[in-house]
Amino acid sequence: MQNNSKSELNKDNGKMVIKLVAIVIGMFGFGFALVPLYDVFCDLTGINGKTSNTAAVYESVEVDESRTITVEFITRTNTGMPWEFRAQTRRVDVHPGQMSQVDFLVKNPAGRDIVGQAVPSVSPGTAAIYLNKTECFCFNHQPLAAGEEALMPMKFYVDPQLPKDIKFFTVQYTLYDVTSSAEVAMNQG
Amino acid sequence: MSTVTDHAHHEDDHHHHAPSGIKRWLFTTNHKDIGTLYLWFAFIMFLTGGAMAMVIRAELFQPGLQIVDPHFFNQMTTVHGLIMVFGAVMPAFTGLANWLVPMMIGAPDMALPRMNNWSFWILPFAFTILLASLFMEGGGPAFGWTFYAPLSTTYSGDTTALFVFSVHIMGISSIMGAINVIVTIFNMRAPGMTWMKMPLFVWTWLITAFLLIAVMPVLAGVVTMVLTDKFFGTSFFDAAGGGDPVMFQHIFWFFGHPEVYIMILPAFGIISAIVPTFSRKKLFGYASMVYATTSIALLSFIVWAHHMFTTGMPVAAELFFMLATMLISVPTGVKVFNWVATMWRGSLTFEVPMLFALAFIVLFTIGGLSGLMLAIVPVDFQYHDTYFVVAHFHYVLVTGAIFSIMAAVYYWLPKWTGKMFDITLAKWHFWCSLISVNVLFFPMHFIGLAGMPRRIPDYALQFADFNKWISIGGFAFGLSQLLFLWLLIKACRKEGEPVSDQVWEGAEGLEWEIPSPAPYHTFETPPVIK
Repeated sequence: MQNNSKSELNKDNGKMVIKLVAIVIGMFGFGFALVPLYDVFCDLTGINGKTSNTAAVYESVEVDESRTITVEFITRTNTGMPWEFRAQTRRVDVHPGQMSQVDFLVKNPAGRDIVGQAVPSVSPGTAAIYLNKTECFCFNHQPLAAGEEALMPMKFYVDPQLPKDIKFFTVQYTLYDVTSSAEVAMNQG
Repeated sequence: MSTVTDHAHHEDDHHHHAPSGIKRWLFTTNHKDIGTLYLWFAFIMFLTGGAMAMVIRAELFQPGLQIVDPHFFNQMTTVHGLIMVFGAVMPAFTGLANWLVPMMIGAPDMALPRMNNWSFWILPFAFTILLASLFMEGGGPAFGWTFYAPLSTTYSGDTTALFVFSVHIMGISSIMGAINVIVTIFNMRAPGMTWMKMPLFVWTWLITAFLLIAVMPVLAGVVTMVLTDKFFGTSFFDAAGGGDPVMFQHIFWFFGHPEVYIMILPAFGIISAIVPTFSRKKLFGYASMVYATTSIALLSFIVWAHHMFTTGMPVAAELFFMLATMLISVPTGVKVFNWVATMWRGSLTFEVPMLFALAFIVLFTIGGLSGLMLAIVPVDFQYHDTYFVVAHFHYVLVTGAIFSIMAAVYYWLPKWTGKMFDITLAKWHFWCSLISVNVLFFPMHFIGLAGMPRRIPDYALQFADFNKWISIGGFAFGLSQLLFLWLLIKACRKEGEPVSDQVWEGAEGLEWEIPSPAPYHTFETPPVIK
């Protein structure tokens, strides 16, 4: 209030400005903190359909033969990605806990070398955290020379903890052309 | 406006004489000068953004592509939105805060007058950069004012960098303005001006200022991420690099939803000042108004995902955001009922500010109601990205925010200039605006429900008749604002009858106790608060 002398008022104003600027800087940081928070939140709840980016270890998992889960595979390439990309097996029936392998065929028909990156998405999203992959081409960049073709394996098992109401889920792989950013990374590395 | 300075000279001879001409406006630290600058800037931006709306409506007058190409059409919708939000509504409210907050709390000026000068004078640069990008190769931003990734990252032109920098400058400007308002209200109140004696316009602006410093930095963060994704190879929103485009929407709307309340809370303060004056009664439920404003502000942080119901969220999240959104109608309803209760058995008169305030109450409620419809998840699946949404946010922003700003200008203009404005012209402006704005926006509900998508330059034939009406309403509303321009020019040239200090019979508050026109310096010694 105005009872204070002018210099005291200026001091009070200065103190308050510092606090408010601190809030502003804090909120700018919070905007960026939302990025890891978003990933953590999605990991914990598994609502984003994102699967783990690291290989799972398959050991002493009990196979639940009483249930059969149908897993469907869909492939697509992003705009501007010329590769042919398809799953050798469109759908598999598995028991929870049982190891399975699906191979994906990729071919680079373009006249240049391309580095591809596959990004998985599971639907319904709640099934994502129960899909355990012990080996996947999506964990790494996949380089293909011009005209080259390859068979990429994916080994997985479904966690027996999978909620009872899920009997069918779809795994979609989208293939992106990451040649330019992969080159940058190689030059820097 | 130059006579304001003349007045200052005999009023405060011990003060340095204000420089004249352009230097007076460039170097001014006087809250009234800066308020005037903000208001004129906002009005110029309103006409600029309005001209873009005219381009949009001309193109949509008939089905088919006839006037502009789709890419330019997209630039028009984008820049129209950006200019109206950041260039018209927000600076207009800041201008009103500059003029009124010190006068209402009995302070001699804003707490940080030099920063005040800066926060205004960086704005013209921001909008020059934004508008200049329209004339560059590849055109200006064309991804909608919401600049969703990947539209703004993968599919945008190089001028996106200019868009990002101009948003940064706008953000810095409003953050500085908000800090100034908060410090002024906390430290500069006259003795006896306790919290619960502050006029509601001061209260609503205080809460708005806190919203601004909380979310404008988040906007700055998200545009920075767009910048680095586009130009520096980061992958915040790029799935190929491990990012997520849906995350853009979460961060953007974490800013975006409080932002829409930033554009309406000061309006609530204005209406709460005008309705009691012309009802000749005290405002009904003052304390509940303060609490309602606070709860709206707090709720605004937990409803952002209702803009994203169709992105495939889990049902639990959709239910949460639906119910939280509907909860906001409770404090908003409290406000509307309080205004109605204030008018109940009052001696009502219908001067121009009151006409705009009444139009605000009715039309803003229509906009609130369509918002409530959009909050319902299954219904939103049908309405999402249709003209129904366009109708909704234009009812709350044009007949809400803009009408409240016009009401405020008509209410306080005689205090600023010392002369009554041209009442006949003002009534023409009101009635032309009121009728045309409804011809413009009401049919948008129908074509939206019928399935016309927003942000498109062409449409199916069955929407042709309604679109013709909408365009006619649009042109009429645009032309009506020229009446307002004419009226304001006349007011600034000091035409009209001199007014008393109180101006309006029934007006209460410190600003009505100082002479009309308001002297260049007021409350050098604090007033006594009864």
